[in-house]
Amino acid sequence: MKSILELDNVSYSYHSLDGETSALQNISFTVASGEFIAIVGPSGCGKSTLLSLISGLIKPETGSILINGTENNAGNTNIGYMLQKDHLFEWRTVYSNVTLGLEIQHKLTPERLTKVDQMLETYGLAGFTKQRPSELSGGMRQRAALIRTLAMEPDLLLLDEPFSALDYQTRLEVCDDIATIIKRERKTAILVTHDLSEAISVGNRVIILSKRPGTIQRIVPISFSIPDCTPMQSRNAKEFQEYFNTIWKELNHHE
Amino acid sequence: MNKSASSKQTVSSTQTASLTQPLSSQSVSKIQKDFISSHQKRKRMIFYIRILILIAFFALWEFSARVGILDAFIFSSPVRILNCMIQMASDGSLFYHTGITIAETIISFLLVTGIGLFVAVLLWTKQSLSEILEPYLVVLNSLPKTALAPVLIVWLGNNIKTIIVAAVSVAVFGTILTIYTGFQSVDPEKIKLIYTFQGTRKDVLFKVILPSTVPLIISTMKVNIGLSLVGVIIGEFLAANAGLGYLIIYGSQVFKLDWVLMSILILCVLAGILYLITERLEKRYGRLK
Repeated sequence: MKSILELDNVSYSYHSLDGETSALQNISFTVASGEFIAIVGPSGCGKSTLLSLISGLIKPETGSILINGTENNAGNTNIGYMLQKDHLFEWRTVYSNVTLGLEIQHKLTPERLTKVDQMLETYGLAGFTKQRPSELSGGMRQRAALIRTLAMEPDLLLLDEPFSALDYQTRLEVCDDIATIIKRERKTAILVTHDLSEAISVGNRVIILSKRPGTIQRIVPISFSIPDCTPMQSRNAKEFQEYFNTIWKELNHHE
Repeated sequence: MNKSASSKQTVSSTQTASLTQPLSSQSVSKIQKDFISSHQKRKRMIFYIRILILIAFFALWEFSARVGILDAFIFSSPVRILNCMIQMASDGSLFYHTGITIAETIISFLLVTGIGLFVAVLLWTKQSLSEILEPYLVVLNSLPKTALAPVLIVWLGNNIKTIIVAAVSVAVFGTILTIYTGFQSVDPEKIKLIYTFQGTRKDVLFKVILPSTVPLIISTMKVNIGLSLVGVIIGEFLAANAGLGYLIIYGSQVFKLDWVLMSILILCVLAGILYLITERLEKRYGRLK
C-alpha cells in the first residue's frame, strides 16, 4: 500500500526564558493510505505536539515530514485537524459552522455543499442545520465538528483527543460513530488519546510514546478475529484484553 | 377570585396528600399559579412605591419651598421649574439646549466607539505596538480627564471641538483597553481551529475575534454612552454657549437656579432614556455567548 505520511527522525523542543524543553526526539514512522493509527503515551509526552507538527502548524527542528511524498509547507497539503473540543461557534448556525472551513478556503462550490448536505443527512444532522450549536447534544456537536473537517475532503485526518470532553457513555457512542464514519469515508486517520481501550478499539496500529522527551517506544499492530468490526464490537473480541495488557505493561515498564 | 383560590387550595392540598405522583404537565399547578401571582404582586408593589417616592420627593420639595423651610430662590421648587420649562419650551430654547447636549453626546459616543474599536484592532494586529504603548494607555486611562479640559480650551478654542474632544478623552482609553483585553482572552484553541483550515490572521479577526467579543463590545458601549454624557457636561461647563451644561454653569453664575435644577432634571431623564436604549441593544445582540 502507498504511504501517505512519512516521518523521518523528527525532533522538536519548546523554548522559553526558563530554558529549552525537548518535547519529541527522533520520531520516525510511516502511515499507509486508509490506515487508522492511534498514538498513546503518558501526559505531556508530546502527543499533541506531534499532531501540530504533522499538520504544519509548527515546523520540526530536525528531520522531515513528508505528506504524499512532499514537504508540508502550510497550505499545499490537505489535512483535517479535529481538536479536543468541538469549538463550534455559538454566533453561527450549525450549517455555517459546518461550512466554516470551506468558507475560509473560498471553496463554497455547489459540489462541496452537496457533499456537506449528504453528510448532514447521513449522520443525522439534517434537521438541525438552522439551530445554534448549544441546542445540540455532545455527540451531535462532535459529529458536526467531524463533518466540518470532512467537508475539506482531507487526505489525512488528525484527531487530538476529540472525545475527551465528553462523558463516558457519550464518549463510547461518539467514538464508535466517528470511527465508523472515518472508515466508511475511507480516510486515513491519526488519533491521539490517553485512553488505551479507545486506542486499541479504533487503531490498526498503536504507537506508544515514552515519557518526555517523547520517543517511539513500541508500535503494536492490532488485528481482531471479528472481520470489519466496529470499535464497540472489537472491545468484545478475545484479543482485546491481550492487547490492553501488552500496551499497559509497555507504558508502565519504563516508569 | 379570592374565594375560588382558597377553595382550590384545599382541593390541591388533599390531592397532594393522596397522590405522591409527580405533577402532571397538562395544567399549571396551584402552587405554580400562586408563585406567579405573588411574583406579579411584588412587581406591582415595587412599581407603585417607586412612583410614590418620586411624588413624595417633589411634594416635599414644593411644600418646603412654600412654607419657607427651603429658600425657593436658591433651591427653586417643582412649580417654578415647571413654569421655567413651559416658558423656555415656548421660545424653543429648551429644545435648543437639550438638543445640543444630545447631539454632542451622540457624536462623542460614536467617536469613542469607532476610535476604541479601531485602535483595539490595530493593537491586536501589531503585538509589539501594543506592548510598546501599554504604559501610555494605562496612564492616560487613569488620568483625570478634567485636568485636560483647561488645556483643551486654550488649544482648541471655546467651541464644540473642545467639548467633543473632552468627552471622547473621558471614555476612549478605557474602551481601547477593555476591548483589546477582550480580544486577547479569546480561546486560543478557537484561533488554532482557523489556522487548521489554513486561515489567515484576517480570518481569525473576522471569524473568531470580532464575533466572539460582540457581547463585550455592546457592554462597553453601554458604559460609554453614560461616560460620553459626563464628558459632554464637563466640556460644556468650560467651553460652551449652549447646552444643558452651559445652562447649569450660567444659571448658577447669574443665580437663576430654576435653570440649573431644570437642567439637572432633564439630565436625569436623558440618562434614564439612554440606559433604556442601551439595555434594549444589549438584550438583542449581547447574548451570543
